Amino acid sequence: MVLIDKGPLPNPGGSTGHASNFIFPVDHNKEMALLGVQSANQYRDVERSVDSGGIEVARTPERMDEFQRRMTSAKAWGVEAELLTPAQVKELVPFINENVILGGFSCPSVSVVDSLDTGTLFRNEAIEKTGLKVFANTEVLDVETEDEPGTGLQKVTAVVTDKGRIEAEYVVVACGVWSNRIANMAGATIPLVPAVHQMADVGPMDILAETQSEISYPIVRDMDTFCYERQSSGSMEVGSYAHRPILHHPDDIPSNEEAALSPTEMPFTPDDFDQQMEEAIELMDMLGDAEIKYAINGLLSLTPDAMPCLGETTEVRNLWSAAAVWVKEGPGMAQVVAEWMTYGYPRVIDAHGADIARFYDHERNDEHIWSRAEEHFNKTYGIVHPAEQWENRRNLQVSPLFERQEVLDAFFFQARTWERPQWYGSNADLAERYNVAEREVEWDNRWWSPITVGEHLNMRDNVGLIDLSAFQEFEISGPGAVEFADYLCVNKIGPVGRATYTPWLTPDGGFHSDLTMHRTAEDVVVVVTGVFDGGRDLSWMKKYMPKDGSVTLTDRTLEVSTLGLWGPNAPATLTKLTDADLSHEGSSYGSLVEVKLNLGGEEVNATLFRISYVGDTGWEIYVAWDKAPMLWDALMEAGADLGIRATGGGVYGTSGRIEKGYRLQGAELESEYNPLEAGLARPKVKSATSSARTPISLLAKPVTRKC
Amino acid sequence: MRVLVCVKRVPAPGAKINITDDGQSVDATNLGHTMSPHEECGLELAVQLVEVHGGESHVLTLGVAAADEQCRWAASIGINKATLVDVGTQGWDPQRTASAMTDAIRAIEAAEGGFDVMIFGNESADTGGFQVGIRVAQALGRPMVNAIKGVNISAGIDGADTVLEAQRETDSGMEVYKLAMPCAIGVKEGITWPRYPTMRGRLASKKLAVDVGASEAAPGGQTMVRLNRPEEQVSETIILGEGAAAAPAVIELLKELGLWSQGSTKQEVGA
Repeated sequence: MVLIDKGPLPNPGGSTGHASNFIFPVDHNKEMALLGVQSANQYRDVERSVDSGGIEVARTPERMDEFQRRMTSAKAWGVEAELLTPAQVKELVPFINENVILGGFSCPSVSVVDSLDTGTLFRNEAIEKTGLKVFANTEVLDVETEDEPGTGLQKVTAVVTDKGRIEAEYVVVACGVWSNRIANMAGATIPLVPAVHQMADVGPMDILAETQSEISYPIVRDMDTFCYERQSSGSMEVGSYAHRPILHHPDDIPSNEEAALSPTEMPFTPDDFDQQMEEAIELMDMLGDAEIKYAINGLLSLTPDAMPCLGETTEVRNLWSAAAVWVKEGPGMAQVVAEWMTYGYPRVIDAHGADIARFYDHERNDEHIWSRAEEHFNKTYGIVHPAEQWENRRNLQVSPLFERQEVLDAFFFQARTWERPQWYGSNADLAERYNVAEREVEWDNRWWSPITVGEHLNMRDNVGLIDLSAFQEFEISGPGAVEFADYLCVNKIGPVGRATYTPWLTPDGGFHSDLTMHRTAEDVVVVVTGVFDGGRDLSWMKKYMPKDGSVTLTDRTLEVSTLGLWGPNAPATLTKLTDADLSHEGSSYGSLVEVKLNLGGEEVNATLFRISYVGDTGWEIYVAWDKAPMLWDALMEAGADLGIRATGGGVYGTSGRIEKGYRLQGAELESEYNPLEAGLARPKVKSATSSARTPISLLAKPVTRKC
Repeated sequence: MRVLVCVKRVPAPGAKINITDDGQSVDATNLGHTMSPHEECGLELAVQLVEVHGGESHVLTLGVAAADEQCRWAASIGINKATLVDVGTQGWDPQRTASAMTDAIRAIEAAEGGFDVMIFGNESADTGGFQVGIRVAQALGRPMVNAIKGVNISAGIDGADTVLEAQRETDSGMEVYKLAMPCAIGVKEGITWPRYPTMRGRLASKKLAVDVGASEAAPGGQTMVRLNRPEEQVSETIILGEGAAAAPAVIELLKELGLWSQGSTKQEVGA
């Protein structure tokens, strides 16, 4: 095992060298929260951590509301927290101006860590225990790859440095802000951009110096000004996420030799910080007369969706990414990657949100990365609704029905790159018909409309038409197709004309995926999965596909469009377009029936998949991409007197499935649950083991016997 | 007391300095800007003189419009007024610079009164010409000494007898010069311990009205052809070993260098 660093050790000049080094353990995101706690504990284990405590303070009523939600998250993740009055905050932080705050959210387990020294300790342990060889001051010039037989992928083979070439079976890119540049050398991408976080060290101040310690007062996060104040011995570090987004290309970061301080301590641009200074002085008057001893535009990594980039790169086999990692989650994320490489999937947490395979091609270019980073940088301390939509980089991928949906005043949610109607403004009358009112609390109305309930109830009474074109369809074909498909999934692949709803499990038996697999021909199985999971599922298939050429993988997503038709009037609607037998016998649950549909006089081939994710009778109807508009028009016409309405994702992905109790991968289903725990175990399991290498007892429903 | 400090905006580079493709300037794309440490100490001296003797301090710079940043830096540590001669480039040749600054100083003095002391950095951080201060002082008929590391003002101010006592370090001791005021000095780093701006100082500096002017001074005799970066002096480090095991290699090396003889043992040298 070899560690290569371009810079000198122990501080090679990356973001860690100038980080403020504190960990607030509460985050609404489960992955990030648990990795934060895990990381904090690892720092504690090596005694490079001080529990300083931390208080987020509110200047607005909206922030106080947000604190209530943070209390909920704290409780959910098991983190001790409490709400404080301004006077209580003042007791803990005597130099705060309690008159400008409305209250505080306090976490006693907020900690300050020594990240550089922890890295040194871990490195030394690896040297002692595994014989790790460390090469500092060594620049990587190239990452070599070769073709991997049978998969069309590249495989990493060697790293070329300015001091020589090292052959390698596995390479982990943990290069912080430079990670994408290194990955690019191998033809892979790690979608992140170096971004500025401004920080100033001001002091000395007597009240801090008198403590004679690195930190004795709780860290204060001034949430409404997006700033923090953190004691550092006799001084205070004032950091900001409020300034304009300032992004740099990795190639524009100076080298250690060229940099006045370090490569990631870029020249301070004071104009961007003045507003924050005024607000900091307002909160802590003593800061005004403290000298600004050190101020930087410190670089850190931002990704398009504000989550890290962990896991094997999708383009190059055995090239792994441990990037876009901040000090607060560093050790936990290292653990994630180490477990992933060792056990086949992380154990400490399901890293589906951090999995680098989640990104589609549209999300991996600089235009997208920069645009999204610019948009979310100022949300770092923001009040962000879980359903909040992006403003920029929209309409990257639209359905063939997009124009029709715009006419119906669709409100679009973006699922990764795909635009999907969440509800249709044209259905406002349904909200009136079912007497659905706005919700009581303003927050609950954000990114929501009573119309979605109207659409839900109409589907229950009549019939709803749902655009599912964003489904990701991957065709497995070839003589080894069925065997490979069976290897991937828990339930058995059926005969031609049957589809299988099935989990894919991690080696430990937890959920990796939850999807359907369609046996469309003797040697063809089509995997149909959701747009949030398509990248991860495709990557998983590539990882496990046979190398003997017996299987071909083809992405059919943009060739096939899917419309969902559900509700008590679904059969009556569809029967107007076909003579096929749509009864329970002719189109049984789980069956795939090839039919001809009469779409405005034209006979069009379609596949009817009898299934429901919303609980009502109906079908997923698969047609060629360019035939989807004709199908839409024909169904809307056929269902006109049966109460048909275009129905949005708010019903399909949320209310419809939840009312029926159907789980969603990435929400209720995660790798920490096996099928038994998720209530999805079957009475019988197939005899062949799946890729999960999972004990069968976890997959089968236990049988209760009378004694 | 009225004190003037002249500063020059220069890039703040690392160990390796990149030059633009046309060879005309330092590539400052990813660099911040600063002034020489001499000038920082000069600003501090001016602030301290005014703190002790009262009066007003003034910073003057010649360069690009962005040198506004250096004017505000000066203001953030307590300088009262600022004048920027915008010549659209980082610097002119020393004669032209001195000529333009002389004009600017005359204009300021005509409007606001003469300066008792003019402070220059000993030399600029980039071109290091060592002459602008002398040229300006000579043009204005003021006495000047360079390389000053200490200052005393021995008598009360505003009188003809006021004397500035300037100290210059030499290898053999301290030279002391007595300059009749008004006068000029070129100061060296170490003459003061410059303060950092406070947050309030920084915010206050934003309100400073920087007087921006131009200059039509004629070019001097010195022109820059292009900048070249000298070949890097690469020194190779050979690790001879660690701990006691390294001793033979060390001895071998000392022998190679002719610094070792068989008789060189601890006993014989009496250690």
